Amino acid sequence: MIIALFRRLGEMVFVLVAISVLVFLIFFATPGADPAARIAGRGATPAILAAVRHSFGLDQPLPVQYFLMMKHLFITQDLTSFVNPGELVVPAVVQAIPVTLSLVFGAAVIWLVLSTIVGVVAAVQRGKWIDRVLMFLSLVGVSMPVFWLGEVANLLTQARFHNTWLFSWVPALGYVPLTSDPAGWFKSLVIPWLVLAVTYVGLYGRVLRANLVEAMGEDYIRTARAKGLSERQIIFRHALRMSLITLVSMFGLDFGALVGGGALLIEVVCSLPGVGMLTYQALQNLDLPFIMAAVMYGAVFIVVANTVVDMLYVVIDPRARDAR
Amino acid sequence: MSEALLDMRDLCVSFRTARGVLPIVEGVSFQMARREILSVVGESGSGKSLTALSIMRLITDPNAVMTGEIWFQGRDLLAQPAEEMRRLRGGAIAMIFQDPMTALTPVYTVGAQIVEQIRVHQDVSKSAARKRAIELLGAMGIAAPRDVAGRFPHQLSGGMRQRVMIAMALSCDPALLIADEPTTALDVTVQAQILELLLKLRTDFGSSVLLITHDMGVVARVADRVVVMYAGRVAEAGATAEIFQSPQHPYTMGLLDAIPKLYGPKLKRLPAIPGAPPSPFERPPGCAFAPRCAHEVPACDTRPALAMVAGRDVACWRAGVR
Repeated sequence: MIIALFRRLGEMVFVLVAISVLVFLIFFATPGADPAARIAGRGATPAILAAVRHSFGLDQPLPVQYFLMMKHLFITQDLTSFVNPGELVVPAVVQAIPVTLSLVFGAAVIWLVLSTIVGVVAAVQRGKWIDRVLMFLSLVGVSMPVFWLGEVANLLTQARFHNTWLFSWVPALGYVPLTSDPAGWFKSLVIPWLVLAVTYVGLYGRVLRANLVEAMGEDYIRTARAKGLSERQIIFRHALRMSLITLVSMFGLDFGALVGGGALLIEVVCSLPGVGMLTYQALQNLDLPFIMAAVMYGAVFIVVANTVVDMLYVVIDPRARDAR
Repeated sequence: MSEALLDMRDLCVSFRTARGVLPIVEGVSFQMARREILSVVGESGSGKSLTALSIMRLITDPNAVMTGEIWFQGRDLLAQPAEEMRRLRGGAIAMIFQDPMTALTPVYTVGAQIVEQIRVHQDVSKSAARKRAIELLGAMGIAAPRDVAGRFPHQLSGGMRQRVMIAMALSCDPALLIADEPTTALDVTVQAQILELLLKLRTDFGSSVLLITHDMGVVARVADRVVVMYAGRVAEAGATAEIFQSPQHPYTMGLLDAIPKLYGPKLKRLPAIPGAPPSPFERPPGCAFAPRCAHEVPACDTRPALAMVAGRDVACWRAGVR
């Protein structure tokens, strides 16, 4: 257990170093990304540029610059923005994390519940019209890009039907912290939750249906029938329980990716100041410190999510316990 | 035969397919007495497994059509409502399957799976059910039943799993145990142990056993009576000793000839029945075995009915003629 944990930590450090080097190099290879020009502002003379370069340490060799940046990011944690000089990077990311967590967590609850219902109902009603309708809707859900769906949802709830009874409760776009106003937090996130969940309901519903249908043909289901279990017990205790194994690993990866910054599109569309939004702004401004911090945060989260999945795996699949 | 435990009358199982209705089991009838071990023998595709599954009503294919009557303890199983049938399954009738490696759900301990079955049929506490499960595992010859009950299926050998399956099947004292090729997936020494166990069931548990197999050796060891099936029909049925001594149907003869003998002249090659059984789409209108039979006569163009010859039922025109 301890060894496994250390191995994970080692993996994480390796992944972080590799990604940070990559991000760093890509940034400096990008044309027009020269941070000195941005810091110095428009129409700066070559002399001012050189001075800025010197004061920010941008005239040093790239490896030195890299280590300086890592030192400021991880050790002294006082890395500042290139675009808005003086703006600290680490507190900005820390502030954005609860927003992203709220968004993804709520959406995950919705998509897990709904996709389980969709998958089970479709598998039980296999081949009947309800199965076909659910699978068609799932396909539609998977196919709708989240940014488009978000815009449509905004259009309907913020503009077109905002004055009707249906959507008059929807607050203006933005985030309300859970600690200051729980009801407001909930209201501000319901629409983004639903929008984000749609794709995953479709995807998970389809995967779960396929898994269940496959499981229902297995020998142990025949045994369960021969034991005299009811259909409900067979589906929930045996077939669904086995299908969960694949779903858990899928969920861990998707959840990790979303919390790690994958929710960027929905955060931007719904004006939620989460990590994705931060990344988006940083990318727009080519603000390397922010990009670096956001990517590092995302990488940490994805590796952590992977570790959690692996640990969960051992809990839900006894066969995995003996494998190591 | 009112005292029969199981009385199958003219069971037919067919499947609706794109090429029309496909009959697999065509009019199978037999009876089983209490505490009897009856073996149904036949090669793959003879319909023996479907016959067994019909008793449990475990054919889940929506295109399957079953007709006939299966009387069990005074009830026609094919006419029972689904809920009543569910109560019988695992209760009065239990079944074990060919491949114990895949027949248990991998994520639960074997003890929990036995407890589950007990609690579906009996109103007992979890701990009482668990105690019973451990008792049963012990009765199946498992050395450390308490320890085994806490293990997962993948941690047990094939033979152990089949013992677990049998323990589970017996957990609610079934009057009838259906064993569908219970030893096929096991190695020979384990096979022998499992057969011993099945033999003991009628004395220890008072259960009848319907043993589905393709192995004549298994039949000779344990069965009181045999039903030989060919192409969905009964070819010959009677007491094991009589059938092994003087088979009347040429198919039975062929099966018995294919067993290597310990004594007598050394054979160059083991005799085999020429050809292969007809596919369900191409079963001949007459005797289904005629195309492979060495004794074919013109009468074989019409199908022979089961008739009592030399103390057993045979479906052959030439039975008793010799």
